[in-house]
Amino acid sequence: MTDITADAGGAPLEPGGPIGPLGPAGSSVAVMTPTTVAPRAVWRLLLRRPTFLIGAFIIVFWVVCAIFGHAIAPDDPLKQQLLSNNIAPSGAHWFGTDTLGRDVLSRVLVGARDILVVTPLATILGTVLGTALGLAMGYFGGVFDLIVGRFVEAVLALPAVIIAFLFIVALGPSKTTLIIVIGLIFTPLIARTVRAAVLTERNLDYLSSARLLGERPLRIMFREILPNVMPAILVEFTVRLGYAVFAVATLSFLGFGVQPPTPDWGSDIAADYSGLLAGYWWQVLFPALAIASLVTAVNLITDSIEQVLNS
Amino acid sequence: MAMFLLRRLGLMVLTLWILSLIVFFAGQILPGDPGRAILGNLAAPSAVQALDHKLGVDQPLLTRYLDWLGGLLHGNFGTSYTYQSAVEPFVRAALINSVKLAALAFVIVVPLGIIGGVIAALYAGRAVDRIISVTGLSLATVPEFVSGIVLIVIFGVTLKILPVTASAGAGAGDWNQFRHLILPAIPLVFVLFGYIARMARAGTIEALNSDYARTATLKGLPRMTVIRRHVLRNSLLPTITVIATQTGYLIGGLVVVEDLFNYQGIGNLIFKAAGVKDFAMLEAGVLTIGVVYVLATLAADLLLIALNPRLRTGMGND
Amino acid sequence: MSQTETDRPAAPGDGSSPALEVSHMDVSYKVRGQDRRALRDVTFSIGRGESYGLVGESGSGKSTVALALVRYLPRNGRVSAGTVRISGQDPLSMGRGPLRELRAKTVSMVYQEPGRALNPSIRVGRQIAEVFEVAGQSADDATASAQDMLRKVQISDPARVMQRYPHELSGGMAQRAVIAMALGVSPSLLILDEPTTALDATVEAEVLDLVAGLRQEFDTSVLFISHNLAVIAKMCDRVGVLYAGELVEEGPARQVFENPRHPYTVGLLRCIPRRGQRKDRDRLDTIPGFLPTPGHHLTGCIFAPRCALVQDRCRTEDPPFFDVSELRTSRCFFHEQAPELPRATPSSLAALATDGIGGPLVTVEKLSKTFAGGVQALAGVELAVHRGETLGLVGESGSGKTTLARVLLGLTAPDQGSVVTLDGQPLSPEARRRPREVLRALQIVFQNPDSALNRRHSIRSLISRPLVRLAGLSGTALRDRLAELIASVRLEDRHLALRPAQLSGGLKQRVAIARAFGPRPDVVVCDEPTSALDVSVQAAILNLLADLQQQEHATYLFISHDLGLVRYLSDRIVVLYLGRVMEVVPAEAVYAGPHHPYTEALFSAVPSLDGQRPDRIKLEGEIPSAADPPSGCVFHTRCPRKLSTGICESTEPPLLEGEPGHQIRCHIPLTELRTIQLSESAPSQGGTP
Repeated sequence: MTDITADAGGAPLEPGGPIGPLGPAGSSVAVMTPTTVAPRAVWRLLLRRPTFLIGAFIIVFWVVCAIFGHAIAPDDPLKQQLLSNNIAPSGAHWFGTDTLGRDVLSRVLVGARDILVVTPLATILGTVLGTALGLAMGYFGGVFDLIVGRFVEAVLALPAVIIAFLFIVALGPSKTTLIIVIGLIFTPLIARTVRAAVLTERNLDYLSSARLLGERPLRIMFREILPNVMPAILVEFTVRLGYAVFAVATLSFLGFGVQPPTPDWGSDIAADYSGLLAGYWWQVLFPALAIASLVTAVNLITDSIEQVLNS
Repeated sequence: MAMFLLRRLGLMVLTLWILSLIVFFAGQILPGDPGRAILGNLAAPSAVQALDHKLGVDQPLLTRYLDWLGGLLHGNFGTSYTYQSAVEPFVRAALINSVKLAALAFVIVVPLGIIGGVIAALYAGRAVDRIISVTGLSLATVPEFVSGIVLIVIFGVTLKILPVTASAGAGAGDWNQFRHLILPAIPLVFVLFGYIARMARAGTIEALNSDYARTATLKGLPRMTVIRRHVLRNSLLPTITVIATQTGYLIGGLVVVEDLFNYQGIGNLIFKAAGVKDFAMLEAGVLTIGVVYVLATLAADLLLIALNPRLRTGMGND
Repeated sequence: MSQTETDRPAAPGDGSSPALEVSHMDVSYKVRGQDRRALRDVTFSIGRGESYGLVGESGSGKSTVALALVRYLPRNGRVSAGTVRISGQDPLSMGRGPLRELRAKTVSMVYQEPGRALNPSIRVGRQIAEVFEVAGQSADDATASAQDMLRKVQISDPARVMQRYPHELSGGMAQRAVIAMALGVSPSLLILDEPTTALDATVEAEVLDLVAGLRQEFDTSVLFISHNLAVIAKMCDRVGVLYAGELVEEGPARQVFENPRHPYTVGLLRCIPRRGQRKDRDRLDTIPGFLPTPGHHLTGCIFAPRCALVQDRCRTEDPPFFDVSELRTSRCFFHEQAPELPRATPSSLAALATDGIGGPLVTVEKLSKTFAGGVQALAGVELAVHRGETLGLVGESGSGKTTLARVLLGLTAPDQGSVVTLDGQPLSPEARRRPREVLRALQIVFQNPDSALNRRHSIRSLISRPLVRLAGLSGTALRDRLAELIASVRLEDRHLALRPAQLSGGLKQRVAIARAFGPRPDVVVCDEPTSALDVSVQAAILNLLADLQQQEHATYLFISHDLGLVRYLSDRIVVLYLGRVMEVVPAEAVYAGPHHPYTEALFSAVPSLDGQRPDRIKLEGEIPSAADPPSGCVFHTRCPRKLSTGICESTEPPLLEGEPGHQIRCHIPLTELRTIQLSESAPSQGGTP
C-alpha cells in the first residue's frame, strides 16, 4: 500500500523491545494500550504461531471427543464390570479400569462432553454480561460507577468456588445451574477488565467527536467504544475460559459439579483417589492429565492472542 | 492526602456493608429449614415449628438481617446449629489455621515469583525467560486437587518424608506444625507462582524500557546498579496490588487443599457447614473471608501509597 | 563556483581534536528478519566548544544518530558501517568498563520529556548526586556538587528542590535538573535531543538561554537535534540537514538558512510562515510526495522522488558531497540551481470573492470554569468571534485555551452565569442538549488525528456519519457530498475503504478536516491542528484550511502555541494567560506593537528564522498554578513592567479598548506602552531608551 508511510511524529521503525513468550499480563490489572489490528490480520498471524496451533489442536481433539465420544470409546463408560476392577493399563484397557470395573479410557474420552459444554457457555454468559456492565461503568462513571463498583468489589471479595457451591447447594447441581452460577461469578471479574479498557479510551478525542454529533450513549458505547476494547475482551474471554475449566473440575471434585455416574474428570478423581494409596495410579493420572491438557491448551491460545495483539 | 484516605476508607465500609447484604441473603436462599435440619426428618412438625420460632426463623427478613448485623458488630456471630454453641470460636480457630497455611504459601511463592519474574525480564526472549514463563504457565494449569494428590502420593506415601495431614495435633511444637503444613502449601504455590512471576516480569520489562532507565545507564552506572537502584523499585509496585488480590483467590483455593489434607481451616469449615446447612456457621465463615479480602486490598493500597511518591505527595485527585 | 566533489564535508575551523567525529556511519534495524537501514553514510564532526545542529523531520533518523553515538541503540539496531570518535575515543568498539567511563565523564545526553527521564521514585537531589558519585566523588561531596549545579542552572531554592520528587517539578524545572545532571561533570560533548519541544515558549526560551550560557562556561561541544529550524538557527554555529537517514546539506547555520543549497532545505524553509506573510497573500509552499519507507531506497539521490529539479542523473547516481563554499557542502548535483526550485504550490491563489469579515457570530460573556479542586481554568472571559474571520488563540499551559474551545462546543460545562451565544441565541452548556442545527454549526478539528478518529471505523464511515447525523443526508445526496468532500481535501476514492492506521499523519488530518466540514459548519475550532505533523505536511494542511475558509466562508477559532502560524493565519489574535484575556489585537498590528507586557515577552521568546531581537524580554519565575492564581493582575509576578505603585498586585486591570480593535488588560495605558516599547526596540541610534 503506497499510503503507508512513516507517520508524522514518530520514527518509522520500532526499537525492538525484548520479546518474551508471555506478553504482559492480560488480566484485570494490566495496563491497557489501544491496539489497532484488524480481525483478519489477527487470524492470519495466529495461524502462524506454533503455540496457537498446538492449543487449538488439543481443543479440537477434545471437542471431537465430546461430540463423538460414545462412538470412539472402546467400552461403554457406564458399564460396570466388578470382576475386572482396578486392572492396570493393559491391552484390553489402555488406561486400566476403575474401582467399579469401568474402562478409564472410555470415561476420559466421554468425560470431555460435560466440561466442554458448560465452560464455554458459562464463559460466554459471563462475558456478555460483564461487557455490558463494564461498558456502562466505564462510560457513565460518576455515582453509578461508584455504587456498582462497590457491588463488584464485594462480590469479588468472595471466593468463586465457595459462592459456586453455595448456589449449587441451593439450586441443585445441574449443568444449567453450573453455567449460570459460573457465568454470574465471572461477570464482575470481566466487568472490571472491560471497565479498565473503557477508561483508557475515555480520553480519546473520537468520543468527543461523537458527542458533538449528538450520538446517543448506547450507540457510543456499542458502536464507538466496544470495537476498540474488543481485543481486551477477547483476551479476557480466553483467560476466563481457562479459569472455568479449573473451576468446573474443582467443583466436580468437591461433589458439586457433574454428578456420578456421568463420566467427568473431576468427579472421577474424587471417586478414585483413595485408590492411589493402594497403588492404582492410573485412575487418577489420566483424568488429571486430561484436565491439565485442556487448561494448557486454553492458556496457550490466550498467550498467542495476547502476543499477537500486543505486537 | 488525608481526604483520599478518608474516601478510601468510606468506600471500604460501603463495600463491607454490601458484602454483608450479599452473604445474608445468599444464606437465606439455601433450601431447608433450620429447625428441621437440627431435629431431623422424623421430628414432629410442631416441634420443628417451636424450634424455628425460638431460633427466630419466622421473623420478617429485614428484622432478621438487622439482628444479625447488630450481632456481628458486637462480635456475636450467632450460634451454630450443628455444634449448639457460639460460632465465633470455631471461625476464629479456623481462620487462624487458614492464615498459617496461607502465610506459609505466601512466604514461599512471593519471593520465588518475584525473583522468577525479574530474572525472566532481565533475560527476556532468551532461554531462561521461556523456561520460567512456561514453567509458571504449566504449574498454573494444574488444579490444586490434582497437585495435592500427586504430592501426597509421592512425598507422603511413597517416600514417607512428609506428613499427609495438615494438622499436627493439639499442642504440637512449632517445627512440627510447620512440617505438616509444607505439603498443603505447595499446590497453592504452584497456582500462584505463574501469575506473580508474570506480573513481576511485565513490570520489570516496562521499567527496563523506560526513559529513566536510559538516563541511569547513560550516566555510566553499571547494569547491576541500574537494575538494583532504579528499575526494581518501580517494577514491583504493580505486583503488590496483584499479591493482595491473590489473597481472595488463595482463600478459595484453600477449600480444596484443606479438604484433601484434612485441615480445620476456614475453607473446610464453610464446606462442611454448607453440607449440613448450618447457616450461622456458613454465613460467618463466608463473611470472614470477604472481610479478610477487603482488608487485604486496603493494606495493598496503603502499601502502594507508602512506596509510590507520586501517590504520597499531594496528588489527592484520584 | 565550480562543482568540486569531496568525500567529506568541510572540517571545523580550529584544528584541534574534534569533540565528535562521525565518519560514513550506517545504522540498521532488524525488523521481522529484514535489515532496514535507518542512517546512510552520515559524516560530520563537531569541534571543541562548537555547537552543531542536526535538523530533520520525523523519520529522518536524527534520534538514531544520538543513540548510536552513545551505543544505546535498541536490541535490534546496530551500527553497520562507519566509525565514531568522541574526543578521540571509539565508543563502538570499547569494552563495557571504558564505555561506562565515557558515558560518565565525556558525553552526556538530554532528551525530550524531562519528567520521564527522571526516576519517579528517587528524590531529585539523589539522582543528580549520582552523577558525581560515578565520577568518583564521595557521597557528601557529590551532594554538595549537586546542589551547586542546581544553583548554576538557575533553580532558585536548590536545597528544597533536592528533596523533591520529579513529579513535583514543573517541566522547565525538571529539564533544568536534567541539564544539571548532564553538565555536572563537564563533558566534552553534550547531546540534546529535542530538549525543549515539550516546554512552553517562555520556559523554552529560558532553558535555551541557560544551555547557551552554560556551554560557554563549561566549554562543552553541543550536538543539538531538533525538528525546529528556528531553534537550531538560534542555538547552533553549524547545521546539518538530515533527510530520510542521509545528510543532505551542511554548513554554518546562518548561511544555510538564509541561502539554502539543497532542494529539500529550500522546500523545508518555504513551508514555514515567515514574518510578513499572510494567508490571503502568500500560500505556503509544500514538498510533494512522501517520505520513503526505510530500507527500500537503493540507488540515486534519496530526495529524487520529491524533487522539482530532478533529472535522470539523480535517479541513477548517488550524489556525493559538493563544496558550495569553503565551509558549506550540499549533496545535490544541482545545488547551484537549488534556490530557484520551482514551487509546488502557487504562491498566491486568485482571491475568491469573499464576504469579508462580518459582525459577531459567536460570543462568550462572563465565561468562567473552575474544575474540581479549585483549579480555575477560565475567569470572566469576554470574547467575540466575527463571522468569516480567523481568530487566533494563543497561550501557554494553564492559559485555558483548550478549555475555552471545549466550553464553546459544549464538551465542558462552564460555571453558572457564563453565557455562550451563537448568532445572538444563547447556547445550552451541554452538547447533548443542543439542537441539531447548533451542533451542525460548530465543529472541531482536533490536534491528534490518532485520537480523534475512531481507529475501528473506515474513512468512509468517519466522514459520512456527520453528514447523516447533522445534515440529514442519505442515498445519492450522501454519496455526492462525500465525493465532493474527498476532492476538496485532496483525498482519493481508494482511501475511503481504509482504516486510519493505514494512513499517514497528514492524510489522517485531512480526513478529520473533511469530517468537520461535511455538515457545512459556520464555525470550525482548530485545536492545534498541525502540532502533531511534520513541517512539510503542516504547510499543506494550513493551505487546505485557508482554501476551505475561502470556499465555505467558514469562521475559524485557531488555537496554537506556534506564534508564527498564528500570525500567518489569523485576522485577530487573542492572548490568554491563566484563564484571562490579556490582549486582543489585529494580526497586522502584532508585529508593530504596542503589546501587553506578556504578549511582548511571549513573542520575543519564540525563536524565529527571521533573526533574533537582540534584547529578549526575560520573564522571571514559572507560570503560576491555576489553582492558586496571584492577586490583582495575574501576570504581576513575572511582569517586567510592573508598576511600582502596587496597583498591579492589588487590582485586576479591566480589558479596555485602547485603540480600535485593540483591547488590552493592563494598568499601563496603550499609548504609554507604545512609547516605551517602540523606543526600546529602535535600533541603537545613540539615544537612551
